[in-house]
Amino acid sequence: MTGIGAIVRKELADQFSSYRFSILFALIAMVSLITTYMVGTDLRQELSGVAKPEFVFLMLFTSTGPLFSLVQFVAFFGPLIGLVLGFDSINRERTSGTLSKLASQPIYRDAIINGKFLAGVIVISIMLTSILFVVSGLGLKVIGVVPGVEELSRLFIYLVISVFYISFWLGISILFSILFRGIATSALATLAIWIFFSFFVSMGASVVANAVVPGGRAEDPELLMKKMRIERGISLISPMQLYNDSTSIIIDPMRKTTKSMVLMGPIERLSSARFQRPLALSQSIYVVIPHMISLIAISVIFFGISYAVFMRQEIRSL
Amino acid sequence: MNQTPIIETQNLTKVYGDQVAVDALSFSIQEGEIFGFLGPNGSGKTTTLLMLLGLTEPSEGWAKVAAFDPTREAIKVKRIVGYMPENVGFYEDMNAVENLRFIARLNHIPDAVSSKKIEEALERVGLTEEAGKKVGAYSRGMRQRLGIAEILIKEPKIAFLDEPTLGLDPDGTTRIITYIQSLSRDSNITVLLSSHDLKQVQKIADRIGIMINGQMIAIGPIETLAKEKFGVDEKETSLDDIYMKYFQEVSV
Repeated sequence: MTGIGAIVRKELADQFSSYRFSILFALIAMVSLITTYMVGTDLRQELSGVAKPEFVFLMLFTSTGPLFSLVQFVAFFGPLIGLVLGFDSINRERTSGTLSKLASQPIYRDAIINGKFLAGVIVISIMLTSILFVVSGLGLKVIGVVPGVEELSRLFIYLVISVFYISFWLGISILFSILFRGIATSALATLAIWIFFSFFVSMGASVVANAVVPGGRAEDPELLMKKMRIERGISLISPMQLYNDSTSIIIDPMRKTTKSMVLMGPIERLSSARFQRPLALSQSIYVVIPHMISLIAISVIFFGISYAVFMRQEIRSL
Repeated sequence: MNQTPIIETQNLTKVYGDQVAVDALSFSIQEGEIFGFLGPNGSGKTTTLLMLLGLTEPSEGWAKVAAFDPTREAIKVKRIVGYMPENVGFYEDMNAVENLRFIARLNHIPDAVSSKKIEEALERVGLTEEAGKKVGAYSRGMRQRLGIAEILIKEPKIAFLDEPTLGLDPDGTTRIITYIQSLSRDSNITVLLSSHDLKQVQKIADRIGIMINGQMIAIGPIETLAKEKFGVDEKETSLDDIYMKYFQEVSV
C-alpha cells in the first residue's frame, strides 16, 4: 500500500478541480434529468387510470420515452466517461517529466497505476451514485411512486455493475496511456476501441454467423437457433454486450433471458406485464452472474496487461 | 572521512540491444563528498544513476547504495536518495507548496511536519514569494530551484543531480551550485552531480569521474588528474583542459 494513499488523494484533487470532470458531469446530469423528466411525464400519462404495474419505479430507468432510456444512455455514454478520465493518465506524467520523479520516490511502481485507477473508480462511483440519486428524486416527484426494497436493491446492483463496467473502460484508457507516448494518439486509440466494441463486434458477429450457417433466410428454426447462438457467442466478448445484457436483466424483472427476438414497446411491455410474473431478484442475479464474471475477467486481463507493460517499461525513456 | 564507501559498484554493466550503455563500471564514492560526474551526452551517466536508484536493472554486475542493493531493495534505496532528473518536471497546475506537499506525502512525512519543512526549503532556495504561484508560470531557474527544494524536503543521505544547471543563465547556475554546496556542507548529503559546466564543477567537486562511452576513464581529485595528465603540480589547471585531454585521448 506504500504511497497509494498519497497518489489517490492527489489524483482525486486533480480530477475534481479539472474542467474535464465539470463538463462531463454537467453533460451527464443534464441529459439524465431531461430524460427522466420526459420518461416520467410519459409514464404518468400512460398509467393514469390503470392499475399500477409492479416495479413501476424501475420503468423510469428502462422506458425509452421520446429519446432513449437512462439505462441506454449510461450504456452508450458510460464508456466515454471511463475513457475520458484515463486516456492521458500516464503519458501526461511522462511528457511533463514527472513520471521519473514519481518513480524515484519510495513507492512501489505499481502504486502509480493502482492509485490512478482507484482514484478513477472513486470518481466514477461518486458521479454515478449522485446521478442516480438525483434522478430517483426527480422520478419520485414526477411519477409519485415510492420504490420498494426490491426495486432499490435492483438499482443498487445496477449501480455496482455500471461502476464495474465504466471502470473497465478506465482500465483500457490507462493501458493506452501507458502504451502510447502521445496524448492525442492514446485519445484516438481509446475512441477507436470504443467504436470497435460498440458497433463492429455486433456487426462482425452477424457476418461470421451468416458465413458459418449458410442459407441467408433460415426458415428452419434449428438453423436459425444455431445462427443466433454463434452470433451471441461472438458478441459476448464485447464488454458492451455483457453489460447491456446484465443490466437489462437486473433492472427489468420481467425479462427472463438476456435476449428476446421480438422488440417490445412500452405499451406491449405494460400489457404483457399483467400476465407475467416477474423474476425474483435472486433469480435475476443468477442469470447475470456469468456475465458479471466475464466482465470482471476481461477487466482483470486488461489491467494485468497494463501492469505488466508498465512494470517492464524502462524508466530511462520515461 | 568514512572508510566504507556509501556508493560502490562492481563491474556494473547495462546493455540495450547490442549497444553497451555502461561498460563494466567499478567505482566508489565516500560519504559526504561531492562527486562530479562528467562525460559527453550519451556516455552512460544517466543510465548509471538510474541503476544506482533501482529504476533500471543492470545487465551485469552489482551496485550497493548505503549497503542496500538497488535492484532488490529499491524502496529502501529510494528512501535515502533524492533524485533530480534532467529537466525535472512538476505538476504545472499546482503551486510550489502543493508540489512539495505531494512529494512529502509520498515519503510518508505527515502534513504537520512537512508544512514547516516546506516553508524552510522554499526559503532556502529563495522561492518564498513565488510559493503560491502555479509552477506552470515558473522560469527554468525557478524550476531547478524547486527541484533542489524537493530534495531538501526529503532530507536524503545521498542526492543524485542530473544536469541541474543545464540551460540556466550564469546567475541561475551560480545559485544552484551554491545550493548544492550547501546540501553537502550544511545537510551532510553526499552529492553525485552530473554536469557539463566544468568550471562550476571544479569549484565544488571533491572528486570527479570522467565517463566516456560507458567507461570511467578517469577518477580522482582534480589535482591528481591534473598531475597525471600534465605532469605538473599546477593548481591553475582548469578542469576544461583536463577533460579535453582525456576526451581527445579516447577519441584518438
